[in-house]
Amino acid sequence: MERPVKKDFKRPTHINDYPVGPQYEAGHLAETNASWRSVRPVVDNDKCINCLICYMVCPDGTIMKTDGKISVDYDYCKGCGVCAHECPKDAIAMVKEEL
Amino acid sequence: MTNDTVLKIPRITPKNMTEKEFFYGHKACAGCGGSVAVRLALKVLGERTYTALPAGCMAAVGFIFPQMAFNTNALITTFPGVASMASGIAAGAKALGQKDFKTVCFAGDGGTADIGLQALSGMIDRDDDVLYICYDNEAYMNTGIQKSGLTPYGTLTTTTPAGKNIHGTKTNKKNLFEIIAAHDIKYAATASIGYPQDYINKVNKAKHIKGATFIHVYASCPTGWGTPTNTSIEIAREAVDCGLIFLAEYQNGDYKLNKNPKEFKSVKEYLTKQGRFKHMTDADIEQVIAYRDMKWERMRRNWNS
Ligand SMILES: Cc1ncc(C[n+]2csc(CCOP(=O)(O)OP(=O)(O)O)c2C)c(N)n1
Ligand code: SF4
Ligand code: SF4
Ligand code: SF4
Ligand SMILES: [Mg+2]
Repeated sequence: MERPVKKDFKRPTHINDYPVGPQYEAGHLAETNASWRSVRPVVDNDKCINCLICYMVCPDGTIMKTDGKISVDYDYCKGCGVCAHECPKDAIAMVKEEL
Repeated sequence: MTNDTVLKIPRITPKNMTEKEFFYGHKACAGCGGSVAVRLALKVLGERTYTALPAGCMAAVGFIFPQMAFNTNALITTFPGVASMASGIAAGAKALGQKDFKTVCFAGDGGTADIGLQALSGMIDRDDDVLYICYDNEAYMNTGIQKSGLTPYGTLTTTTPAGKNIHGTKTNKKNLFEIIAAHDIKYAATASIGYPQDYINKVNKAKHIKGATFIHVYASCPTGWGTPTNTSIEIAREAVDCGLIFLAEYQNGDYKLNKNPKEFKSVKEYLTKQGRFKHMTDADIEQVIAYRDMKWERMRRNWNS
């Protein structure tokens, strides 16, 4: 996957554990955003024509186009529904998350 | 650079654009339009990009220690100083002998049209090799929706409340694009995340121009606008279709309207579906339409397209 993934991060317990200046490694993700979501996009690949509109307009970049097939990174998708709303083929359903 | 050389730039489309993400895992609200603008621009500009952001939503949601959503070299600047700090980055990288890199700013409407305007003017005056992108959500969103110089007439914000006598913002949007073009900048454009391929093309064009370039991109904000999270692209498209936002370019001294529709879609429909305009009366809406028509009459008369 050509996108950052969550890395283990030990919370600083002492002032010496913090970086010297206010800077840090690019693309360092210590947590996911999955818990923000109340609905999830589910792609019907039979309906999908691979136009990649959903891929282009996703605010979080969580639609993946790898191997000519649309899939979703559920670790970082926030369930905004933009992809489903913009899909010209109604190939994305927003499905309620069950706890 | 002439128009001819610009035309030879290989087109970037969602099909051929890199699968790499450079703005990922950020904490923007679900459906945030600004993050569409930042994400797509960085995918066009690529890995060798220095990114500078002043205070504003995209800075706030991108850098939450230890969560670093920018997957390129990126930094938060002073609020008024993003353009001058980007100028410094570009100069520094050049002094180090670095080649084949781009420096980009992402600043909000407040950070651009009000507080960062002087630094931006200097950056263009010196023709520093920086692409400045203003994502316009029409208010100071990160501090809780205050009116900026790009907040349009009628908008409800916390500093321009809507009551019986005063119906939200009393002023019109500053003519930011024209202010920038008046510097005789090499390339300036307006765009909307509602027309993402057009925006991608403009970023791609600016990427290949050495010197100062500017893009003003309309980027919806469901939180500040009172719109459902799933309509962020649609609403930014409707803003263009009803003529309140225009798509244009300025290059080699010429203005060009990219979209010059014979008929506009309904302004009323665009406004009334947003919480920030719900209080507007028919007379308020008439005033918005009259201002739109005056602006388009002027653009059509003065800009050859
Ligand atoms: C000098 C200074 N003044 C005020 C602030 C507070 N502040 C931080 S973000 C922000 C709003 C930015 O609005 P805009 O530029 O439109 O970006 P947006 O948040 O809408 O994306 C303000 C007022 C600051 N950080 N620094
Ligand atoms: S629901 Fe929103 S965040 Fe999730 S994949 Fe669709 S557009 Fe992206
Ligand atoms: S927008 Fe719809 S049809 Fe197009 S690629 Fe996405 S899921 Fe497939
Ligand atoms: S307040 Fe608006 S601009 Fe800021 S992160 Fe939320 S949706 Fe984006
Ligand atoms: Mg703003």
